[in-house]
Amino acid sequence: MEDFLIHALIAGLIVAIVCAPLGCFVVWKRMSYFGDSLAHSSLLGIALGLLLGTNISVTILIVASGFAVLLLWLQQQRLLATDTLLGILSHAALAVGLIMISLIDNQNIDIYSYLFGDILSVGKKDLIVISIGGALVLSLLYTFWERFTLIALNEELAQAEGVSVIKMNLLFTLLMSIVVAISIQIVGILLITSMLIIPAAAARQWAQSPQQMAFLSMLIAAIAVILGLGSSYFWDIPSGPAIVASASAVFSFSALTKSLTS
Amino acid sequence: MINLIHAENLSVIHNGKTVLEDVSLSISEKDFITIVGPNGAGKSILLKCLIGMLQPTEGSIKTSENLRCAYAPQDFSTENTLPISVKKFLTLNNKLSQDELNTVAEETNITNLLNRQIHSLSGGERQRVLLGRALAKKPNLLVLDEPAQNLDVNAQQSFYELIENIYENRELSILMVSHELHLVMACSKKVICLYHHVCCSGTPQSVVNDPEFVKIFGPEMSRRMAIYHHEHDHSHSHTHDENCQHISHIS
Repeated sequence: MEDFLIHALIAGLIVAIVCAPLGCFVVWKRMSYFGDSLAHSSLLGIALGLLLGTNISVTILIVASGFAVLLLWLQQQRLLATDTLLGILSHAALAVGLIMISLIDNQNIDIYSYLFGDILSVGKKDLIVISIGGALVLSLLYTFWERFTLIALNEELAQAEGVSVIKMNLLFTLLMSIVVAISIQIVGILLITSMLIIPAAAARQWAQSPQQMAFLSMLIAAIAVILGLGSSYFWDIPSGPAIVASASAVFSFSALTKSLTS
Repeated sequence: MINLIHAENLSVIHNGKTVLEDVSLSISEKDFITIVGPNGAGKSILLKCLIGMLQPTEGSIKTSENLRCAYAPQDFSTENTLPISVKKFLTLNNKLSQDELNTVAEETNITNLLNRQIHSLSGGERQRVLLGRALAKKPNLLVLDEPAQNLDVNAQQSFYELIENIYENRELSILMVSHELHLVMACSKKVICLYHHVCCSGTPQSVVNDPEFVKIFGPEMSRRMAIYHHEHDHSHSHTHDENCQHISHIS
């Protein structure tokens, strides 16, 4: 196999198994729109990174975290319903990001690769960043698993039992920001949410416990990446959309099997 | 008697509105206190202040060093996006030996539910599970926020019987918010009638005859409650009479 394909496969698998368990929480906490907004805000990060010449992944992480904190704060103010707020902020971020990128005088910027991913361009350096980010997310998720799960079940109960819900929610949004930063190259801004929620949704049909759902979704996401990359290579189709389409196919297959067997 | 919680002159102002005004109360060992009051009277807010979930705008709360407080919320989302069994829920973020788990399950009558998924439970079953989780923390103060609100009348009654049993068999105090006046009056030792401030408090008998209680719940309610409580004093059976059924509709 060629080098670029091996890099792509490794990067894709890491992102898959990191996104999947985090995606379970996104499904449990009904935060998919939040994930979408966070991803949109990262375009602002990309634009800033290109303008200032800073590391793109780090800039995305900083901008997305800032965006998440701003959002949590605005939510606390209760001026607008959360979905309205998310709609305003996410599209504003997307629009401003696109304008900034169009103003940068550089012919080499391929906006398409940011929006839909460019997994075949993953190099050794990118792999290191993705691995570190992924390891950090997984280890934090593992450490705080029970507290996160309790909050997802019932925030009030968690708070009454002494779990510091605000801190945990902040940590969770930080994990989301890291995942967005390391996933952009793989599936792109517009498709990140699907990597979070489709494997989790497919796993839900079979899982009997939170852990089972997390592991099953990892497995499903990994299958989607392998199928997606394979079809991208053989039929010469864009890899990000191919991965997401594969995930959707696995989800449909799983839903169909489930409804036939039960 | 040792005070588990002693709250003095609590006031809560939320969005410019006074939710609680100058509320003082103490909870001692082996107390059974029920807070009643109309919707929006600040009952839940008061509970949250007492267990430290909410900071009052004014006033002080002193808690005893050996206070072990456990809380059961009003209800639980029944969303089935999160698959979790009762057993797993009881031990989630909660270290519990197999023996302790079995004891609590037996006490709250959920042994046969342990392997069920939470979202498949009925309202009454779910409340017993929440109660089980609270008891697993070995509390000396059990705090319940309208625990039987979403149950039908029969389930409400058996739930309050369960609470009464737990109160009798364990060394604990109970602080409860409730709407089910007729059932509350029968098992509480002390009732606090709250409408932003403490309107009246005392034994159930004295509260239903208090002019303040009559002002809030109406003379008809007061008369019925008094009759119910009187009957309850004589026979400890928990059968509902016609009066009682009626009252539950009004409240």
